[in-house]
Amino acid sequence: MNRIKQLFQEKKNILSIYYTAGYPNTGDTIQIAEALEKSGADMLEIGFPYSDPVADGPVIQASSKQALDQGMTLNLLFEQLKDLRKKVTIPVLLMGYVNPVLQFGVENFCKACAEVGVDGCIVPDLPMVEYEEFYKGCFEEHNLSNVFLITPQTAEERIHKIDGLTNGFIYLLSSSATTGKNLEVGDTTETYFSRIKNMNLKNPTMIGFGISDKQTFDKACAYANGAIIGTAFVKAIEHGNIEESVSAFMKKFKS
Amino acid sequence: MKYKVNEKGYYGDFGGAYIPEMLYPNVEELRQNYLKIIDDAGFQKEFHQLLKDYVGRPSPLYLAKRYSERYGANIFLKREDLNHTGAHKINNTIGQILLAEKLGKKRIIAETGAGQHGVATATVCALRNLECVIYMGEVDIERQAPNVARMKMLGAKVVPASSGSKTLKDATNEAMRDWINNPVDTHYIIGSVVGPHPYPDMVAIFQSIISEETKKQLLEQTGSDQPDYVLACVGGGSNAMGMFYHFMDDENVKLIAVEAAGKGVSSGFSAATTFLGKEGVLHGSRSILMQTEDGQVVEPHSVSAGLDYPGIGPQHAHLFKTGRGQYVSITDEESLDAGLLLTQLEGIIPAIESAHALAYLEKMEFKGGENVVICLSGRGDKDLDTYIKYFNL
Repeated sequence: MNRIKQLFQEKKNILSIYYTAGYPNTGDTIQIAEALEKSGADMLEIGFPYSDPVADGPVIQASSKQALDQGMTLNLLFEQLKDLRKKVTIPVLLMGYVNPVLQFGVENFCKACAEVGVDGCIVPDLPMVEYEEFYKGCFEEHNLSNVFLITPQTAEERIHKIDGLTNGFIYLLSSSATTGKNLEVGDTTETYFSRIKNMNLKNPTMIGFGISDKQTFDKACAYANGAIIGTAFVKAIEHGNIEESVSAFMKKFKS
Repeated sequence: MKYKVNEKGYYGDFGGAYIPEMLYPNVEELRQNYLKIIDDAGFQKEFHQLLKDYVGRPSPLYLAKRYSERYGANIFLKREDLNHTGAHKINNTIGQILLAEKLGKKRIIAETGAGQHGVATATVCALRNLECVIYMGEVDIERQAPNVARMKMLGAKVVPASSGSKTLKDATNEAMRDWINNPVDTHYIIGSVVGPHPYPDMVAIFQSIISEETKKQLLEQTGSDQPDYVLACVGGGSNAMGMFYHFMDDENVKLIAVEAAGKGVSSGFSAATTFLGKEGVLHGSRSILMQTEDGQVVEPHSVSAGLDYPGIGPQHAHLFKTGRGQYVSITDEESLDAGLLLTQLEGIIPAIESAHALAYLEKMEFKGGENVVICLSGRGDKDLDTYIKYFNL
């Protein structure tokens, strides 16, 4: 069974961590994955960097730029992930923008994901219609989940369509914003989270954008199967020893 | 209408709306409403009234006599440089500001490279009393100080884009981010025929006034509304699309789009997208863009800030791929020389962007008597510094 499905069947309050491949140093990708699993992360989203990441805020964009300047590419990432499954057992998704995937070739991309043991993808600027028409067959053939995003502005009908198209989880954006803003659970956010919860979607949901500490993580878990942390983690590993920074960061969520 | 957009938002293989979900409601709202609003008689009346009384349209179609003698063909210049604010950009911003009002938007954002689109946007925001925020690359803010001052005088807030290469593409990224963070009350006025569907179509429709007028003027002046050639420069491609629009289905009219070769197509400092680019996705649409093998966007170069963009609009990509349009390129030096030549022969100082189109005349061969229309998309006042340096004036 796909590792993502299994995780959601077995666990609640799932903590998923995003980080940028090749940051802070080109060779750090696997080491960070291992350190995260060791310190209790349930799922990983490894970002493959892109020069023009419009959905991201300044922190993740800066990490992408640094990774690219240091020579990170999608080819190199798959090379780094070659022994992923000897070292990491939790589900791993790749997250990035559509243009590098197009240049790599969709077919090649799916194949490479399957070969190294990647379980799913998040491609925020890949439209649903394009996915359905040109990508879905290939993703399914390689047992890859494709995760879609929804925002407080996403219409109900569209959410149902997304729920039908995906088979991993649904990425619930806490607000319509670029990455790196703080989660403020006020009345409107709460109404939105409850509305989604009450829709009884077939897919589990994960809340992302604006989760940075135990308090915001717990709030998110009240409404969804778990939450995703990106910006706060990328900031935390900017300097110093990787293993120490990862373990110190993860401790905040495990108390 | 085989070169126009289809109901899925595509021009052949190009176009679409490759946007994150956060932008979907904004873009979808536009998609559902833009044609309805534009086709409305009241909208059309107000749009054309403003183009006439405020912009100064119709812009003249001028038969350049001494220029024609030099090249042995009848060279007509479509004088978009005479528009209010000095370029064709205002045609689009007038259209989009009226559309934003109909959608009930209170706040306007835009990106700008050289500052021409920023000024045109700030102008219509002043005119209609709407809040205006312009994103501009830090590098461009330094090299286009007069336009920054104009935007500020017009009441706009100019926000420096300090990410990536700090130029036009990064200003576009920042504007998109702003729109993501302000999904309800804000309209994003994109300045060229780029971006997710329906932007390329909407901007082309507003700019199509250029070829609509040209056809009438040609008929009056030559007895036929069909020239032999139509030329325009292409960065993202809005003046070219406006100039080509009503000629696209007249297959006997040759369309020539002139890209910026910068220091030379193979120099590593170029913006000749169709020569150097590959198919891919940039700023929300599938088109042709300059990129590395890994799919990272490459920074272009041109002496003209308005052509300094790593992609072209999806409709241009379609005209290129189908062969309907001929895409050529002109270097920095060739364009500056052409700018001086027009100044000396006709008393018109062109924008360096437009001078790229003029420069291509040097490479064409005429039998004699052909009718050639060139879109003179903007005036050269903003480029005096560059001309002064190049010619040691």
